[in-house]
Amino acid sequence: MQTLLEMRDITKTFPGVKALDTVNLSVRQGEIHAIVGENGAGKSTLMKVLSGVYPAGDYEGQIYYDGDIAEFRDISESEARGIIIIHQELALVPLLSIAENLFLGNEVASKGVMQWQETFQRTEGLLRKVGLRESPGTLVDSLGVGKQQLVEIAKALSKEVRLLILDEPTAALSESDSQALLDLILELKAQGVTSIIISHKLNEVRRVADTVTVIRDGTTVSTIDARAEPVTEDRIVRDMVGRDMAHRYPDRQRRAGEMLMEIKDWNVWHPEHAERQVITDVNLSVRAGEVVGIAGLMGAGRTELAMSVFGRSYGRNISGTVEMHGKPVDTSSVTKAIEAGLAYVTEDRKSLGLILEETIRKNVSLANLEGVSSNGVLDENRETEVAEKYRKAMNIRTPGVFQKVMNLSGGNQQKVVLSKWLFSGPEVLILDEPTRGIDVGAKFEIYGIINELSAEGKGVVMISSEMPELLGMCDRIYVMNEGAFVGELTAEEASQERIMSLIVTDE
Amino acid sequence: MSVAEQTGESTPRKSVTEYLASHLREYGLLFALIAIMVFFQIVTDGTLLRAINVTNLLLQNSYIVIMALGMLVVIVSGNIDLSVGSVMGFIGALAAVMIVQWEQSVPVTALACIVAGGLIGAAQGYWVAYWKIPSFIVTLAGMLVFRGLSLWLLEGQSVGPFPREFQMIANGFVPDIFPEGFGQALAGIFGARNINVLALGTGIISAAAIVWLGLRARARNKAYGIEDEPRSFFVARNVIVSAALVFILYKLSAFRGLPNVLITMGVLTIIYAFITENTVLGRRIYALGGNAKAAKLSGIKTERLTFLAFVNMGILAAVAGMVFAARLNTATPKAGFALELDVIAAVFIGGASMSGGVGKIVGAVVGAFLMGVLNNGMSIMGIGIDYQQMIKGLVLLAAVIFDVYNKNKQG
Repeated sequence: MQTLLEMRDITKTFPGVKALDTVNLSVRQGEIHAIVGENGAGKSTLMKVLSGVYPAGDYEGQIYYDGDIAEFRDISESEARGIIIIHQELALVPLLSIAENLFLGNEVASKGVMQWQETFQRTEGLLRKVGLRESPGTLVDSLGVGKQQLVEIAKALSKEVRLLILDEPTAALSESDSQALLDLILELKAQGVTSIIISHKLNEVRRVADTVTVIRDGTTVSTIDARAEPVTEDRIVRDMVGRDMAHRYPDRQRRAGEMLMEIKDWNVWHPEHAERQVITDVNLSVRAGEVVGIAGLMGAGRTELAMSVFGRSYGRNISGTVEMHGKPVDTSSVTKAIEAGLAYVTEDRKSLGLILEETIRKNVSLANLEGVSSNGVLDENRETEVAEKYRKAMNIRTPGVFQKVMNLSGGNQQKVVLSKWLFSGPEVLILDEPTRGIDVGAKFEIYGIINELSAEGKGVVMISSEMPELLGMCDRIYVMNEGAFVGELTAEEASQERIMSLIVTDE
Repeated sequence: MSVAEQTGESTPRKSVTEYLASHLREYGLLFALIAIMVFFQIVTDGTLLRAINVTNLLLQNSYIVIMALGMLVVIVSGNIDLSVGSVMGFIGALAAVMIVQWEQSVPVTALACIVAGGLIGAAQGYWVAYWKIPSFIVTLAGMLVFRGLSLWLLEGQSVGPFPREFQMIANGFVPDIFPEGFGQALAGIFGARNINVLALGTGIISAAAIVWLGLRARARNKAYGIEDEPRSFFVARNVIVSAALVFILYKLSAFRGLPNVLITMGVLTIIYAFITENTVLGRRIYALGGNAKAAKLSGIKTERLTFLAFVNMGILAAVAGMVFAARLNTATPKAGFALELDVIAAVFIGGASMSGGVGKIVGAVVGAFLMGVLNNGMSIMGIGIDYQQMIKGLVLLAAVIFDVYNKNKQG
């Protein structure tokens, strides 16, 4: 098979650090090539070099594309050759329609006047190709993340894509949406489109990839040909982290103690559409030292449940009671919920969890400023000590607590959010997708922290879209679908099949 | 990303130039102010820094500085207040009508004005905080409403003059507490006509206090291993700031001493600097502006904070309104016209960010004086109001471009 892309000895230096060090990557025509590596390993930088975000001359090494040397000066030049990147953060305009988004910057127009008929026709064709059954006039805003991802791919197809690069395409998708997306990538391959897929999810990589390149610390560690030899997840993990990882989940002692928190008959309505019930009759309990999971598809209402309990941060007409140690508590505002002993670690750490422009120190103290002040006056020394303590305990990898949070990797940011909530002294922590978008090594550390918390007698509610994670970590799993709990499984009973069957038989 | 982590680890101690590069904004502002003062001192043949003009400079800009304190809080919280010029004019009108036409006493009037300012702030803050109506729109409406209200209250006329007691708010001076002979003895040494010992003493004591506080913070930073400015910078900065402070107070002491307004301004500046930098309340305002959603989910009552920021702004606009009316000794329907723009410009020149979460009280005060010196210097030179406006506009643009450029460079 012919080589479509070859990147040779790519070295990219930022002031003071080598982000890429003689990386080699060879992608054959018509294959699906997976690039895996921890966060910060250099995957995204490599793709930025390829697409011209870092223009030719800004890096060392050569790129051969389709037989010639390629020296892209910006993205439009690489796009003109059929290299299309779909970034992790989707680049769609939410208040424009699907059709308008598909042809944004590439409008179907004659003499500057939009040709709506043709735009809509071509949009319909493209949507059929990616299997998205939506009208071209639908606003992107009203689509879920999974469907938005499909719109992005349709947009790539509208540009005669030859090499499609997907950066963490399934990071924000539910299990079934992910499957559909992977099927689509396989189908595009059958049509001759070459793909590079950057992913953390090794089961997905194993499913679709023909070749796997592992990058660690800015260099190529290994390239595995999946057609020649079987690729095991252990092998990839070993290459990624540079060490054996016997267990993906740390061992934990189960010791559920006394009843900590009970949520009874919880009902929530949609904040804007008053007639739509989002959460229906949910009952949930957590004991001291217990890790309880909530499984479900994207849109099942898990985040809505958590946020409505935590200070009524979501929804309206909320009814039901929250009890701590058997006594009803008031959680009607975030402050009261914190006082009652609750903490909610958001799934969206960048926009809901952190003040990115601020330092680690100021983020850690934010939910408990009383703890670092007396009579309303801040004691900055104490604040620094507290932040230092958590930096060490959580193994946040930075030189100090005066680093701005936006400069940290996803895993370290997540540890800052966790630190903030631990410092608020909660008894029950609700962790919403605690390992989303962070690498294998940091995931393992977060699991360790969760186990420590439960060993200290805290109750943990863990919401996750990654079923293996729930199965590996939880003592008990609630299965949620369309705003209601449709099942409850103990760790022994639970399996991916049982969870899925509970969801799909709930009609 | 790991890029930043590694840079930090490989260079634990930054060099002097790197330090300067990352703190260019703060030093740049200070040096810009000094450079502008030196420039005008030369081109006006020394008029700029004559004792009487220094006193005037402080008096002329006092109401801008007072409002800039409140505006900084509003802007840091992620909002804007376009109504302050009108509110200031309205309060001045209220004070004039109460004292001159209704014959109320000065203390009653002052209290009523401050309460009115607070209520005005509350009325605007309510819509911004609890109804989530953009502050730009609410305060644009307020700007028109209060401009109209002043016209209505004054019936289109100027109302004045004020009793002496009220004028003292802006034009009074603190009497020297030291015996007269003491000052005259000092005057002999300096070759001045008279020296107000209280003013000079205040200058020396505050300069010493600044150095002492700086040294203490430095020692503490060192104990915690926090990156701090290089020693040479610390020394240079403190020498310049304290010398400038003593120099200005010396100039004041050679004229009529400490203006009452300077005391008001100084005390308010210290209070607001302390609140914004050292209290839980201040931290929460920065958090609100930095990321309102994250702040809310961390248990911060974001609505109430926004509301309070506007109440505070209203109160400070009321104080400024009284100072302004007292200074002119009359209230006119035009008072405070377009002044909100000077106040907002001062805050942005001082380094605050339009998107909130960034900005310092000291920056806003220096920004206000930078604009003030420009105004004053150009007026002394006899430059027309047309050119003055253009130059001020370009200075504002340059300051913000400098900010953005700096931020991009740091990446």
